[in-house]
Amino acid sequence: MADGTYPEGLLYHPEHDWCQIDGDVATFGITWFAQDALGEVVFFDPPTVGDTVTKDESYAEVESVKAVSDVIAPLSGEIVEVNEGLADAPETINSDPYGDGWLVKVKLSDTSEVDSLLDQGSYVQGLG
Amino acid sequence: MNEPVDPERQLVDSYASSAYGDPHPSNTHHPGMQTPLQREKVETIFEKGRAGRRAFVCPEPGVPTKPRDELLPAKFQRRNAPKLPQVSEPEIVRHYVRLSKRNFDLDSGFYPLGSCTMKHNPRLHERVTALPGHARLHPLQDPKRAQGALELMHNLEHSLAEVSGLPHVSLQPSAGSHGELAGVLLTRAYHEDRGEVRTKVLTPDTAHGTNPATVTMAGLEVVKVGTNEDGGVDLDDLRAKADTDVACLMLTNPNTLGLFDKNIEEIAKIVHGVGATLYYDGANLNAVMGRTRPGDMGFDIVHFNLHKTFTQPHGGGGPGSGPIAVSDRIEPYLMTPRVVKGADGTFDLDYDKPKTIGRLRGFQGNYGTFVRSYAYIRSLGAAGLQDASEIAVLNANYLLAKLREEGVLDLLPLAYGKLCGHEFVLSGAPMKRELGIRTLDLAKRLLDHGVHPPTVYFPLLVDEALLIEPTETETKETLDAFVDSVVAILREAREDPEIAKSAPYSTPVRRLDEAGAAKRPVIRQPLS
Amino acid sequence: MSRYTAVTPDDLKEMLATIGVASLDELFDALVPEGVRLERGLELPDGMTEQDVYDHLRALAAKNVSAEDEVSFLGAGMYDSYVPALIDMLVTRSEFLTPYTPYQPEISQGGLQVMFEYQTAISELTGLPVSNASVYEGPSALAAAGYLARLANKKGKFVISRAVHPHSRETLRTLAVGYGVEVVEVPLRDGVTDPDAWAAAIDDDTSAVFFQNPNFLGAVEDAEALAGAAKNSPAVVVAQYDPITLGILAAPGEVGVDVAIGEGQQLGNRLDFGGPSFGFFAATEAYLRRMPGRIAGETKDVDGRRGFVLTLQTREQHIRREKATSNICTSQALNALAGVVYLTWLGREGIVELGDLLLQRTAYARETLAAVDGVELLHEQPVIREFAVTVDAPVDAVLERLAAAGINGGYALGRDYEEYENGLLIALTEQRTREQIDALASELGAAVAAERATVGASA
Repeated sequence: MADGTYPEGLLYHPEHDWCQIDGDVATFGITWFAQDALGEVVFFDPPTVGDTVTKDESYAEVESVKAVSDVIAPLSGEIVEVNEGLADAPETINSDPYGDGWLVKVKLSDTSEVDSLLDQGSYVQGLG
Repeated sequence: MNEPVDPERQLVDSYASSAYGDPHPSNTHHPGMQTPLQREKVETIFEKGRAGRRAFVCPEPGVPTKPRDELLPAKFQRRNAPKLPQVSEPEIVRHYVRLSKRNFDLDSGFYPLGSCTMKHNPRLHERVTALPGHARLHPLQDPKRAQGALELMHNLEHSLAEVSGLPHVSLQPSAGSHGELAGVLLTRAYHEDRGEVRTKVLTPDTAHGTNPATVTMAGLEVVKVGTNEDGGVDLDDLRAKADTDVACLMLTNPNTLGLFDKNIEEIAKIVHGVGATLYYDGANLNAVMGRTRPGDMGFDIVHFNLHKTFTQPHGGGGPGSGPIAVSDRIEPYLMTPRVVKGADGTFDLDYDKPKTIGRLRGFQGNYGTFVRSYAYIRSLGAAGLQDASEIAVLNANYLLAKLREEGVLDLLPLAYGKLCGHEFVLSGAPMKRELGIRTLDLAKRLLDHGVHPPTVYFPLLVDEALLIEPTETETKETLDAFVDSVVAILREAREDPEIAKSAPYSTPVRRLDEAGAAKRPVIRQPLS
Repeated sequence: MSRYTAVTPDDLKEMLATIGVASLDELFDALVPEGVRLERGLELPDGMTEQDVYDHLRALAAKNVSAEDEVSFLGAGMYDSYVPALIDMLVTRSEFLTPYTPYQPEISQGGLQVMFEYQTAISELTGLPVSNASVYEGPSALAAAGYLARLANKKGKFVISRAVHPHSRETLRTLAVGYGVEVVEVPLRDGVTDPDAWAAAIDDDTSAVFFQNPNFLGAVEDAEALAGAAKNSPAVVVAQYDPITLGILAAPGEVGVDVAIGEGQQLGNRLDFGGPSFGFFAATEAYLRRMPGRIAGETKDVDGRRGFVLTLQTREQHIRREKATSNICTSQALNALAGVVYLTWLGREGIVELGDLLLQRTAYARETLAAVDGVELLHEQPVIREFAVTVDAPVDAVLERLAAAGINGGYALGRDYEEYENGLLIALTEQRTREQIDALASELGAAVAAERATVGASA
């Protein structure tokens, strides 16, 4: 993956999602690999604040012109914030997948789930 | 590249070639130069005309009139009249005729769209469809006074039954996917009538998108079945997944890779063995007419695409028609009304079928398409229909062999097998690696050669897929010319891949911003 | 070699050599497994010359009594409207007739712009901002609206007025089996949807409500009230409209309808014994991403030129597959072309004038027929282009007498509404003149009298 970037401080899910933990709140997004496979994102269909998300299950959809992708939750919890800016500029997910392209913030229900996630090295290795 | 070049001449030549389907390599990437169609100002009919202009002349009422408010209470009246255009008839004609010239079409050039069967549309069919006895017949006319229409439908049903090997036909569905929906609902009804509730439908991972969409609409669950290395259904995977919760297996045969499944008899045995039905997506029927029949292969339900195999013109996206043929055990559930022939030889519509699933649309179906397809079947006859399939398969194999001969398959290898049915799939993955251009770029550059590209990126199973179906109505010369175009594009890409990546150059518009259209959809002309 | 193929024996030899097989049979032996080969020819008649096919189709046409052969007051969903000649010319042009769905937009700008203009026209007609590029026809459009509602709110009940076209009701019932939704029918009162029964049927589990305007009996419904009754429920308000009335009838977008659908046949399309025509499908902005069918959108090309593409394709089957908003692939593009050209030909003033014309002639027809002995109005609601009467004689026999006099007297309601045993639905189009209406009245009176006489004679 010559062009992909995968920051070290994040944790990764094999379905190409990242999360950044801050106490009991985590921020989720999709990785460089996922946005590259999709192409230019044209629409992000977000969940609602207050919704429950479950680890390993889909909580939202991301669309490009010719593809739709489920976004998988790396961890379980309750949605506390959704990135509203993506409504007008969904392509931010491509240009800044780990920064302004974040998708949701979640209050975690079971922080022990963190143990099952991959670190940067393992995730990149899995990309092959 | 060193001779003096007249840019305008080249542009005009290349425009002419793409408009009239006579391909020759074009080299029109001159910034600032445009073809007349590219230069044309794009205005919708809503932006043309002027207050007061009109085409329609309203007849005089001819009856004593009353004030509108007396006949239609004011609260039921329209507040703001629709802002339809205000144009004269000559303006309308010019606008739409000019618009038509911004289209490529089958009459104008080669259209090898895989899975679409773009065969010639005979104009005889337009003539007979326009006969007032057919064109001005009301669907609710008393059957006694619609005997010609009912006889035509009856004969068409019989022809489709013979081609498919399944005796009972309904012409009602309006398109292939509508026929698929009928098929899955019929399967549900069949199982429920036997006291069984089955929730799953098996479809191969090469299936057309309409298959899984249809299954969900019918309230069942899609389960994917794998494909083996020969491109057919993976029998082990099928055996593992075929159980008594499976209502149906939906198959296209030949499949979307253009391959006939060698194990079709075994597949039928496995599926019937668990009491499920076998559904045939007839999109690829053009490969096998007169040579094999889905009914004989063991299918229970077949749908036809009259706008593919039976040359109903595609119309830029319809109308089509998706009649179905079914086996004896499915017959009781067929949609009503049914066309029936009495002992006295007269025809009627029968609504009295207690186990029918009901209807999927109004009236009897797209009768205008029946007239065309029926005229086609009567024109060709038994031998002609078989000939159509045979030449379709011949042309596809010839095109494949010619591409192989010219070395094209080194960069775009055949995804499966060596020979093919009426269509074949190439993978552009090696071309992408070696030349740096994708299947999409090859397709866009083909537009400059005055042909419609093949289907791209379908089936999903093949990386950088290019699905090519020439059909039987193309000449050898056309196929040879297509090969020449592909060879030229690949050669050009080897020297300069950027040319294809920015193609097309000579079409009325060049590559369009589809992402922008999806992000900020503008789907109507705004009017103040 | 048949008429449309061109492979000569010489071609065949060269092509087989290139392929590397000895015969066509060898190709098919490789293709089709032995156990399923058809070892005989198809048992169908031999092919015919073009002129013989024409004669055969003409002979079949001659066995039909069409609107060319009789004065027709038959409506009930499709109408003997005048199709202007320029439409014949446009829909048989190669460039509109023969291309496929516009998957390569650069060479499909004609078809895509037509879709965009059609979407604009339907949006204007319905007063709703979002329209697709067509669906098959009226009844299946109504069922598609039901699917939209089901996917949107996942509720378990459809409430539909008995005054909706019988084919629409039946299609909804058939497809609702697949959606897993129960269908509840609301009765009529005085020729329109019973407002109390309607309100009572709507609850928290209602996914969608459906009414028709004007309804199947030709009556104008109180659409605003019917839509309003669903306001405090999750239900999507769906209404089937007669498009030709929308020059003078309050638009669905003006009265609180969420999804407006309808049969487009009389907008520039022939009767064709029931199809092909097109269905229109329009909705509020909220349902944009739930729309079924193709949608054309505006955009620019790399050089900044204005152009059009199929957009929001992620809704559709070829991308979203099992989660698609519908399974539609091929729809009715050529018929929609006829539709937008027709609406353009009618024009801004024409659509209103035509509505007024129908209003006046229908009122005259209704008054004239009500004055005929043995004919009574079935309801007295406002009507625009169609109305219902009851005749004091077996309606089928009356229709036979009218047919013998060269008149199609309309649709016998009894087959679909047992409660209207000798009911007759009479439709007007701009082609039905005063003289023809007077003749209908006269012949109808004579037919009823003759039938009454036979009853008297045999009593």
